[in-house]
Amino acid sequence: MKKSVFLGALTVAGLAAGAAAAGTLDDVKARGKLNCGVTTGLVGFAAPDANGTWDGFDVGICRAVAAAVLGDPTAVEFVPTTGKTRFTALASGEIDVLARNTTWTFSRDVDLKFDFVGVNYYDGQGFMVPKALGVSSAKDLDGATVCIQTGTTTELNLADFFRSNNISYEPVPIETNAEAQQQYLAGACDVYTTDASGLAATRATFEDPAAHIVLPEIISKEPLGPLVRHGDNEWGDVVRWALNALIAAEELGITSANIAELSAGTNNPEINRILGTEGTLGEMLGLSPDWAKNAIMAGGNYGELFEKNIGASTPIGLSRGLNAQWTDGGLLYTPPFR
Amino acid sequence: MTTLTDPPKESFRLSMLIYDTRYRSATIQVVAMLGFMLLAAWLINNTAQNLNALGKPIDFGFLGESAGYDINQRLIDYSSRSSHMRAAFVGLLNTLVVAVLGCLTATVLGIIIGVLRLSKNWLIARIMTVYVEMFRNVPVLLWIVFLMAILIETLPPPNAFRGENATATMVLSDSVAFTNRGVYVPEPLFSRSLGDLHLFGESAVRFDISLDLVVVLIALIGGIIGARMVKKRADRIQEATGDRPTTWYLVLGLIAVPTIIVMAALGFHLGYPALKGFNFQGGTHMRNSLIALWLALSLYTAAFIAENVRAGILAISKGQTEAAGALGLRPSRIMRLVVLPQALRVIIPPLISQYLNLTKNSSLAIAVGYMDITGTLGGITMNQTGRELECILMLMLVYLVISLTISFVMNWYNESVKLRER
Repeated sequence: MKKSVFLGALTVAGLAAGAAAAGTLDDVKARGKLNCGVTTGLVGFAAPDANGTWDGFDVGICRAVAAAVLGDPTAVEFVPTTGKTRFTALASGEIDVLARNTTWTFSRDVDLKFDFVGVNYYDGQGFMVPKALGVSSAKDLDGATVCIQTGTTTELNLADFFRSNNISYEPVPIETNAEAQQQYLAGACDVYTTDASGLAATRATFEDPAAHIVLPEIISKEPLGPLVRHGDNEWGDVVRWALNALIAAEELGITSANIAELSAGTNNPEINRILGTEGTLGEMLGLSPDWAKNAIMAGGNYGELFEKNIGASTPIGLSRGLNAQWTDGGLLYTPPFR
Repeated sequence: MTTLTDPPKESFRLSMLIYDTRYRSATIQVVAMLGFMLLAAWLINNTAQNLNALGKPIDFGFLGESAGYDINQRLIDYSSRSSHMRAAFVGLLNTLVVAVLGCLTATVLGIIIGVLRLSKNWLIARIMTVYVEMFRNVPVLLWIVFLMAILIETLPPPNAFRGENATATMVLSDSVAFTNRGVYVPEPLFSRSLGDLHLFGESAVRFDISLDLVVVLIALIGGIIGARMVKKRADRIQEATGDRPTTWYLVLGLIAVPTIIVMAALGFHLGYPALKGFNFQGGTHMRNSLIALWLALSLYTAAFIAENVRAGILAISKGQTEAAGALGLRPSRIMRLVVLPQALRVIIPPLISQYLNLTKNSSLAIAVGYMDITGTLGGITMNQTGRELECILMLMLVYLVISLTISFVMNWYNESVKLRER
């Protein structure tokens, strides 16, 4: 009895001590590996391929950060997290950065003590139903059974949406996307709701994707982005600017194809500053001068990552929409590298 | 000449705490206790300090805030506007429901299987052995997930019941529907209802009890007490005269008639489920998650209880059975009147820990999305508020209280069946 109390308390203390430790950048460098929290498997965003190598849009962020810090995009330990376990994993120091379709909200930023370093995908919550159900609007869903991943903002949006439209529903809480898919396909729920990008990714893995439609209503704003623990600003800066470097690279036309050529030196000082041939941006972050070059070379710039993993040419087939550069009418707008 | 000398009066010296065997063990215990308390204080202090440094001091204020999420299975009124405390209470009731259902089913199954395992019928005894070994040696989580998968994949979805050429039909003259969202059964309704009894006003643990149910239960219990009295009278007559009067019609009448009269007075009728919109409406909906969890926990724990029962029966010496047989009792009566009452004394103490195990295992509910207290307080609430330590501490307290209550009740029952030694 005494012993178990002691061990329990020790665990709690260890958790708290881990959370309070700062200097994540030094920890990662010393470890030689980045611990990156991702989903348990959402094709296009983060899923292991046939060889067990993680691949996807969120994985690309992890690899870019690892390349920027350690110079090696493969030096990443991927930690699969569920909607429920992700925040505890980050708060306890088990992972250094969480890149898992996580919505930036006020309470997560302020109350849960995390820092969102930016937005890598502007999303919104949607509904997917089988075509055979004959539903054309989310407002027709009165009395429907809805599969929903537990521990997410979608859960709260869903409650608000049905409440404000004064219609009822039966929630079926589910831990992972794979379980949701199983229940949805078996007809144990009429509707599956999550971020529209997640719906598209899930539908792409179905045997007959054309038999399912995503309803036109988008019921929420879901800015998804990577996040780190609050209070370790050096580390936050590294992740923030690694993400910004990918976005800026697309804006400035730096691609994985021409990066070698461009890093020999160009007439554009901003490109030179990003690629480390001019100025000391890398040093300011506590990284090597070619940090951004490594980050971009890890998987290409933002546009390349998007097209390769979730873009129109992939089975997921998402269009850029809000996620286009500001110059193309989208929301992607990175502060200048100066 | 004899001299009587008093033993030298020894004054207490501090060194005796260590060198005197009379005090030494107490000294060591006090020092160890102090050390332990210091360590505990340091750990608690360290945790509190670190949480403060993190900007998350321990604070239970979040329990009063609006929860914001919906719960599918709720025994009491709850909406997404209710507080986190209310959500935790809904979860607690769901935990208790599955624990009580599980304990009852596991006990019944366990006793049957335990007795059958000792059967002289080779086939039945072997089948029961296979059952016990199969359920005892596979983790209960796998059974829960497995049963859930079976329910989801094999049963038809509600829209298979729809239309002219429906592929599925309701059973028992259209009163029960087995779907892959759960089982819909008729619900008892009262057309001249007495209403509800509201307990605890407007607090988070407010609770409604149906007065109809209370009245029906009172009638039933009254009938059972009456039947007992009839039986006692029959016993007395049998002891005095040797003839036992026939009482079965009296017993049946005493139990059934008052209950039926009360139910008729209240306008009892059944509400049948019917397919409306996306789902069946009306009736009682027993969700897949509840059924899978309940069945898996019962089947798993029943395997352990069966072993306890077998051990209890084997602990009764064979002479008892033979003596009872020599008196001319039939085998079923030997089991019921001679062996089981004695075996219970051996069975009950390990049975308590099986009940505790089942209750604690019910926290695996989230694997099938059953909203027990681990799913509400320790799941969604914890995730949405980020109050990990507070939620886990409360959860631990809740399970501790439930477990201690079960232990207390079962120990009390154990006292009452214990062998009275004179």
